[in-house]
Amino acid sequence: MSDRDRNDPGSANEFMAQACALEAEAAERYAELAELMRAHHNSEVAELFGKLARIEGLHRDQILERMGWASAPDPATFRWQTPEGPETTDFADLHYLMTPWHALGLAEHNERRAAEFFERVAGRADLSADLRAVAAETAVEERGHVRLIQAWQARFPEPGPDWDEDLDPPAAVD
Amino acid sequence: MTEAATATIPVPSDYKSNVKPVWCPGCGDFGVLNAMAKAMARLGLRPEELAVVSGIGCSSRIPAYTACYGFHGVHGRALPTGTGLKLARPDLTVIVTGGDGDGYSIGGNHFLHACRRNVDLTYIVMDNRVYGMTKGQPSPTTETHWTSKLAPLGTGINEFHPMAIALAAGANFVARGFTGDPNGLADIIVQAIETPGFSFIEVLSPCITFRPEQKDWKKTVRHGNLSSTADLALAARQIFSDDGMNLGVLYAGARPPYRPPIGRGRVAAADLAAEFRI
Amino acid sequence: MPHPTDIADNTSPGAAQRSSLSVALVGSGGAGVMTAGNILLEAAATAGYYALMTRSSGPQIRGGEAAAMIRIATHPVECMDDRFHVLAGVDWENVHRFAAEISLAPDGVIVGDPGRGEAPLVFSRSGAAFEPLPLARIAKEISGGRANMVLLGYLAALLGLPEDALRQATASLLGKRPAALEASLVALAAGREAAPAAARLVLEPALAGPAARWLVTGNEATGLGAIVGGVRFVAAYPITPATELLEWLSPALASVGGVLVQAEDELASINMIIGSSFGGVPALTATSGPGLALMTESLGLAVAAEIPLVVVDVMRVGPSTGIPTKSEQGDLNIALCGLHGDAPHLVLAPNGVADCLQTAQWAVALAEALQAPAIVLADQFLGQARAVVDSPRDPRLYGKRLCAAVGSKDYQRYELTADGVSAMAIPGTVGAAYTADGLEHSERGTPSSQAADHVAQLGKRRRKLELHDYGALWADIEGAGEFAVVTFGSSTGPVREALARLPGHIPPIRLVSLRLLAPLPRDRLSEALAGVHKLLVIEQNESGQLFHYLRGVADLPPESSSLRKPGGQQFNPGEIAQHLIEWSGT
Repeated sequence: MSDRDRNDPGSANEFMAQACALEAEAAERYAELAELMRAHHNSEVAELFGKLARIEGLHRDQILERMGWASAPDPATFRWQTPEGPETTDFADLHYLMTPWHALGLAEHNERRAAEFFERVAGRADLSADLRAVAAETAVEERGHVRLIQAWQARFPEPGPDWDEDLDPPAAVD
Repeated sequence: MTEAATATIPVPSDYKSNVKPVWCPGCGDFGVLNAMAKAMARLGLRPEELAVVSGIGCSSRIPAYTACYGFHGVHGRALPTGTGLKLARPDLTVIVTGGDGDGYSIGGNHFLHACRRNVDLTYIVMDNRVYGMTKGQPSPTTETHWTSKLAPLGTGINEFHPMAIALAAGANFVARGFTGDPNGLADIIVQAIETPGFSFIEVLSPCITFRPEQKDWKKTVRHGNLSSTADLALAARQIFSDDGMNLGVLYAGARPPYRPPIGRGRVAAADLAAEFRI
Repeated sequence: MPHPTDIADNTSPGAAQRSSLSVALVGSGGAGVMTAGNILLEAAATAGYYALMTRSSGPQIRGGEAAAMIRIATHPVECMDDRFHVLAGVDWENVHRFAAEISLAPDGVIVGDPGRGEAPLVFSRSGAAFEPLPLARIAKEISGGRANMVLLGYLAALLGLPEDALRQATASLLGKRPAALEASLVALAAGREAAPAAARLVLEPALAGPAARWLVTGNEATGLGAIVGGVRFVAAYPITPATELLEWLSPALASVGGVLVQAEDELASINMIIGSSFGGVPALTATSGPGLALMTESLGLAVAAEIPLVVVDVMRVGPSTGIPTKSEQGDLNIALCGLHGDAPHLVLAPNGVADCLQTAQWAVALAEALQAPAIVLADQFLGQARAVVDSPRDPRLYGKRLCAAVGSKDYQRYELTADGVSAMAIPGTVGAAYTADGLEHSERGTPSSQAADHVAQLGKRRRKLELHDYGALWADIEGAGEFAVVTFGSSTGPVREALARLPGHIPPIRLVSLRLLAPLPRDRLSEALAGVHKLLVIEQNESGQLFHYLRGVADLPPESSSLRKPGGQQFNPGEIAQHLIEWSGT
């Protein structure tokens, strides 16, 4: 695969649509994960995902406001080098016993991927200077998020190796 | 895209219900639910024109998590139920879902005949190579040496080869997706629904609880490694030299679907009595 | 006390004319006894008689031995008579196997070709006279002539059937093969000429013309009832003796815009019709005992998910493969109690060939109205018997399902309504999407493991069946008196005829033939049995399934007993009459 996504933005407008979509998808996923963790009684992580959902939602809203749009474009209409949007958490990375430290590790990974995505756009010689400038600016923001999350994660102790030890056997359901 | 979506364009969340999944966090089935919702949105189908039919098992819980009409039936019989629904209501888009135990073990015979009958359905099997809801017994696709409480020495039985079976039994569309790639899976589902006849999608769907080693599938799958063909011989060669980790469409054929006419009769029911009159 | 044979036969020996005559046509498979039997039946119908034909054959798929058993009468007949008056053999190869089914009257006749040897002793020792008919020789003299047609011509003359009716029936069955028809007509005439001028066994003249009659099998009547009731989707797996029902339904459904699908097995059949019905298209499957056994898990699903559907079980001798070609009322237990969990559903049984239409149609209407599975217990006798019957009246029972309206506000599929019936949303209905579930669920349909939801939904599913007004169709109730017989299905025919033969001999006996077996209308049954102090339950199985069921769920008179006979051989009216005489203590 080339390093250019099939749907890499060709204009500043397109770029903002894509940025908005990836924030929207990330927010939506965090909200889903919050619900999911709540259903599994991991309220600490549920709350944290909820908080992350609100933060990403804020980012989405900022773009919407800046562009004067009513709602975010469907993230599924874009193609990314990552399986989903670069800031979207993979469902498979969850565990019901995970701690905030793990959750913030996932968030950091997401912010890093987002920064890399924008940096790549900013570095593309075929795009207009304006667009590259916006991308670079956004990439800097995402790098800032990476550092913020790292600091946040540092407030939680790294769990021991037996963090996922299950004291009860799984339940038979059907 | 240069404009934000408007309210009339469906989005994936339109296709999800507010029922909370019972699946474990980390389960691959979330990826399938997501991919299905994306595919439905992309096709622009209205939720009420879609029916999701399933049997029993973790993955068979999926209908209630969609905003479509759903049917959660008995173990192994999702394909006949979906077949009956589609034949009676050809106007609906019917997606049948389930797991490897449901589809290949207790429902194995229906799998063969659904492929053979080639009714215009999409069958999505979330294969985690284990029975999750009964706590970790081997399924037909479980590796022969995988040990469990029920089979402490491993099954000692060769694995079932669903895609090869589907191809041989007459399915018109055969593909493999991965839950870690919901967008790629959504592409496959879109193509499956759009292809007339029976479309079979094997989805590698890791079970974090009973098969945690499947988390590595993320690293071992090869995206787009299957090349789509309408040539059965090529597809067969490809699938028999495959290690189970290649993703993509294997076969998209032109086998005519089974589509008996319904609603086209001209005779009034009461007139059928004529043949009995002396 | 009168001897049962005195009361069993409709006419006494030596009488000039009979109101009912029974003929058995036998011969090697391929000799054409079935064709001859069908022509004789249709000729009787054309001449204005009522009639009934059953058949029997050896285990071979082709060849072997075959018997067509025909009863012709001036009155409606729903069972075979005690005895046969005529045994007509094209040949006698292995026909001794039919001895148990073909009991000859002492004043009967045996017709056969002297060149084919004598009739087996098991028949001739009845005292029936042998009438030689050189079938082979006569047939040989006719170009394309066949022995079965010569025999048929002879029989028709013997019974006093008008020649026109026979020619008409022959033309109707063989009309598509002109050469065969021409040769057959010549052979019929030759047979007629060979018949004795003054026959002993002659039918009374028919009372009316055939205008308002049907010639139909129970299986066909069931199929028609289902379609008229609204069924448009059938999925089924072939099984004796239900296959003819499917074969009739396939083109019939297509002509009215429905479809029949051959499923890969009965598990698929039942789930396909569940799918269709979920989609809003009324659906049915037909099977026999082994297939019903396979379907029971999914019948439970239809109960829990509240899916209307009809399963016709054309019962045969069980258990296991049993005797697929013979009748038995042995699936009552599995139909009533075969489902796991508390699973209220409908069980109905037609009690005659023509009644198969009404009962099937009613089953569809009930299933649709109550959103529940209905099992219809027909049997091999009813299903495969071909009968001349009075045209059945359309019972005007049509499937009507309570469906959710478009845009239903806060729709709840399994809402706890007063009568237990809740609106079903048909896929496509905007704003009412739900997931039907075999898991216990809340009113909305969401899976629930709460005992309270279980109790509420159990109550709903029971209530809708119990509160329904089933009207008068639940049973046929005839007669009065302190004695009563309760029966169902194909046992009704011989019971009814036995009772008709008895007046004057014994105290009056009421008949209750149950058409609705579950839910059993207990209050109505109590009403029907008011004043009865002695009850007899009659059924065709070895263990007394109906008797034990009624003892379990109904208030029966203290003096209740049971008359049962295992399947394989139908009850005949004479044996029931004899039992009733002894039972009623006269």
